[in-house]
Amino acid sequence: MSLLEIEKLTVDIGGTPILKGIDLSIAAGETVGLVGESGSGKSMTALTVMRLLPHRARASGRVIFDGIDILAATEERMCELRGDDIGMVFQEPMTALNPVKTIGEQVAEGIRWHTGAGRAEAEERARRILDRVGLPEAKFPLSRYPHELSGGQRQRVVIAIACALKPKLLIADEPTTALDVVLQKQILDLLRDLVQENRMGLLLISHDLAVVTDMSDRVTIMRHGEVMEEGETARTLSGQVHPYTRQLAEASMHVPARTIPRVYDRQAPLLEVNNVVREYPGRRVSLLRKGTPTRAVDDVSFTIHPGQSTALVGRSGCGKSTLARMILALDRPTAGSIRLSGEELTTKDEAALKPLRRNMQVVFQDPYGSFDPRHRVERLVAEPLHLLDRRIGVAERREMVAAALHEVGLSSRDMDKYPHEFSGGQRQRISIARAIITRPKLVVADEPVSALDVSIRAQILDLFADLNQRLGVAYLFITHDLTVARAITDDVLVMHDGRIVERGRTADVLDDPQSDAAKDLVAAAPDLHRAIARRLREQG
Amino acid sequence: MTAYLLKRLLIGAATMVVASLVVFAVLEILPGDPAQLMLGMNATPDALAALREQMGLNQPLLFRYLDWVGGLLTLDLGRSYTYSVPVRDLVAERLVVSLPLAIIALFLSTAIALPVGIFAAARRGRAGDAVSMGAAQLGVAIPNFWFALLLIYTFAVWLRLVPAGGFPGWGGGVWPALKALILPAVALALPQAAILARVTRSALIEVLGEDYIRTARAKGMPRRYVLWRHALRNAMIPVLTILGLQFAFLLAGTIIIENVFYLPGLGRLVFQAITQRDLIVVESVVMLLVAAVIVVNFLVDLSYALVDPRLRIRT
Amino acid sequence: MSDAATTSTETAAGFVAKAFSSRSFVIGFAITAVVALMALVSFFWVPYDVTVLPVADRMKPPSATHLLGTDHFGRDILSMIMVGSRNSIAVALVAVGIGMGLGVPLGCWAAARGGWVDEVLMRFNDLVFAFPALLSAIMITAIFGPGAINAIIAIGIFNVPVFARVARAGALALWPREFILAARAAGKGPALITVEHILPNIASALLVQGTIQFALGVLAEAGLSYVGLGAQPPMPSWGRMLFDAQTRMMVAPYLAIFPGMAIVATVLGLNLLGDGLSDVLDPKLRRQR
Repeated sequence: MSLLEIEKLTVDIGGTPILKGIDLSIAAGETVGLVGESGSGKSMTALTVMRLLPHRARASGRVIFDGIDILAATEERMCELRGDDIGMVFQEPMTALNPVKTIGEQVAEGIRWHTGAGRAEAEERARRILDRVGLPEAKFPLSRYPHELSGGQRQRVVIAIACALKPKLLIADEPTTALDVVLQKQILDLLRDLVQENRMGLLLISHDLAVVTDMSDRVTIMRHGEVMEEGETARTLSGQVHPYTRQLAEASMHVPARTIPRVYDRQAPLLEVNNVVREYPGRRVSLLRKGTPTRAVDDVSFTIHPGQSTALVGRSGCGKSTLARMILALDRPTAGSIRLSGEELTTKDEAALKPLRRNMQVVFQDPYGSFDPRHRVERLVAEPLHLLDRRIGVAERREMVAAALHEVGLSSRDMDKYPHEFSGGQRQRISIARAIITRPKLVVADEPVSALDVSIRAQILDLFADLNQRLGVAYLFITHDLTVARAITDDVLVMHDGRIVERGRTADVLDDPQSDAAKDLVAAAPDLHRAIARRLREQG
Repeated sequence: MTAYLLKRLLIGAATMVVASLVVFAVLEILPGDPAQLMLGMNATPDALAALREQMGLNQPLLFRYLDWVGGLLTLDLGRSYTYSVPVRDLVAERLVVSLPLAIIALFLSTAIALPVGIFAAARRGRAGDAVSMGAAQLGVAIPNFWFALLLIYTFAVWLRLVPAGGFPGWGGGVWPALKALILPAVALALPQAAILARVTRSALIEVLGEDYIRTARAKGMPRRYVLWRHALRNAMIPVLTILGLQFAFLLAGTIIIENVFYLPGLGRLVFQAITQRDLIVVESVVMLLVAAVIVVNFLVDLSYALVDPRLRIRT
Repeated sequence: MSDAATTSTETAAGFVAKAFSSRSFVIGFAITAVVALMALVSFFWVPYDVTVLPVADRMKPPSATHLLGTDHFGRDILSMIMVGSRNSIAVALVAVGIGMGLGVPLGCWAAARGGWVDEVLMRFNDLVFAFPALLSAIMITAIFGPGAINAIIAIGIFNVPVFARVARAGALALWPREFILAARAAGKGPALITVEHILPNIASALLVQGTIQFALGVLAEAGLSYVGLGAQPPMPSWGRMLFDAQTRMMVAPYLAIFPGMAIVATVLGLNLLGDGLSDVLDPKLRRQR
């Protein structure tokens, strides 16, 4: 008999259908991956099993866990199940822990509640499980507060809470989406080991096909609240019988068509970064003593030639975004020089920067936060026209905006809409239109596709590649995702702890990394090809 | 932690110094000649000269300011011009009315507001929430002195349970004195309680929407347990902030309420002083009240550190 | 998802439709409109002239001729309340104007400039918070004597740090947002960004705070006139009417009831309006309900 059996599960929130007849089953000790793009209803399925749905949600159908009818169980019965027989790990580790309670309290609390153990015994068990998830007491005593831990460490605490009582079923809802690839691999390895050790069933929810393929025995693919396809992982993904499965798989492995990279070295460099350092003052040790400053960027030098597409890859917190801001003259380096077309950026005041800014624009990660919600598209896209020396008339402005929108595959009719009327992918197109309206020579893109669903991501990457070819824009592409770097850049810089530790042709570095940092990144990067191949190999 | 507290302490002290400058500037420099202002236009030159001498107006400004601050620090507040007694004695005698009144009112408003706010948050969207928050909405809108009038009419005039005003003093026993303070304290506390209840509710509801509440629920903790053990402490931070701000309003409120109930407190004193143009009394009482607000806000900062470990930075 | 909710209030029609679906807003708007109308009408017409003192009609209980009765000078209470509303509204409105006019630029400046400017302005805020309106009014009155201007200045001063704080908090949350970075990359300076991006995005928070401070201003003005630090006779004011009523409460409780109810209704209306506005304008707050 299955551990979890979901049949014809339907959920609606305030009359809006969210899930439309979901079927899903998990056997004891089995790992099932639940894949789908945002809004497909993956998380709602998980929350239904926990009976933690939002207030106005109504669920019908059958959810049987270990012989218990979840939808009909009393709240008391659910409290007994939650945390004891079913554990759950959430996406956002930074906010998942109570900031005013120690990690020891938070882990021991559930143990005491469910087992009736005394304080000392519960703490002993908390200590053991924290040690098991990689937080040994010597370095991470129970008295630590969440704010004293990093994101990866916090996620380990959340996993410790979920697994403290060796539940029969563990639900992990995008457990690594907020983490960089290296941490992602560590957390996934930890989950895999814990599941095997304790013979737990695992429902792994992810938007990342490669992650799910790597981890799960069976997959369920969801879209718009319905199950598209379900089956054994290797067969489902190698066969790709269902058109949506094929579409997802192709999008995850998509590489935009680009011509062979040109040779740039004969041209004068567009961007020269020389020995750039950025320090932040350390936290004051006391009123009289300043702390030692931290170096976010440490002696970085590189050049980008016109039309060259360069990736800057590294783990989160390695200093890549700080570096990007200095290049965009939004922040000033502590030491070093940055030149654009031979002109020094770091010493100029805002007025003198104006002509230079025309030649460098930016695309950000979050397609929702990139626009003032109170302005129309025309005004948003036209914003950099402020950098032109001459005044632009209304008609000319509209013309230029229309041209830029056309360039990114949007219609000039979109000009009079507000950003909230667009989807994430369309917004990212608007963001790119804004970046290219002044015909800059350099576009800095800070994780421009990480917030997008895979199918949209593929389209935006195509757009970036196309603009690079047609307009000759040089890119500095900041990413922690190696597939993105591989898809769209000629050269790569690997950054670690504020330093550039490796550089070279993208393909060369990613195929044969030399530095430890690059090796870690490459080893940790999820890869759908490899994952499917491994699955097939294991099954013989 | 010590660095945080030391910083707050320094800020509090600096605020106090600037506040004293403001009070001094408004009451001693702005009028030009305070003695003239106090005595009026028909004052004899002799009386003016005598008062100038008494107030030290012939001294240079800086000296006068330092002398005044020195007096404040040593509790030598000068002599009241109208009462011809040391202001310190006058203030001490009035403080035994005002201070208990403020404390009872603060206690009362917190004791009412927190349970109501928690109750409403726990029953969000249901009838209990709607009724208590409707009452709170009304409570916020009621001016405390009008509420005081209604209380007097109901409990003193109509039911004759308590005196309508006046204060027997603590000499005649604690009970009669307390009895005279009950209505004023209720009048002060209720509108404040309404505000605090609303803040408590919305702070709690905001916290209850946080991710870590879901984590606690996923751990198997029942809703009620999560509310008390996880949400409440996090919700205390905004509640404490408002509590600190409210103290200032409460002090201002006592001044008005004392006038409604004819209580011989600081409020009455300061009004008599205004009508008699007794600037010496006015500046002392104002400074005292300002200092009280600053001290309470320092205490609030201190309690933040107790509630929120993020402020207790390990060094 | 939440973005759609924020921004469907962009268009005026969308805003009105949304606003009138909020019960708080509708009730608050209705009450406030009635009070405002009453004040407006009082300029052209009142049941009885409040500047004449028909002592023969003194202390008449409510009746068909005097709906709410008459006071100890024989003045009609309804007319007094109508004329008094002007004073309450004017004082509170000007005080909000002072608070916004000074507080919002200060708060925006502090947020844009950061560093010591921010620190100094915040300490200044702490300082002003230590002087509740009543204390300022006491000091001003001690020097210049009582009057309605005192109330305006005292309440206005106290409003400054409130608006500075709201503006600063809103602006600080916006400055690190990506659309502000994009504006900086487009070469726009702090002043231009504040005008183009910050102010429109904090306007709703300021509007909500404005109605709250307006309500508090009405309360504070009533308190100040009650203790004689606000409007002076013969100018009718709600607080003063209550003071006059106090000694006559045994004989004529209606003298205290009606002006008090006028205050409660006005403040309640404004607070409900503020609640309704924040429901409509701030989806984050609405989600909590």
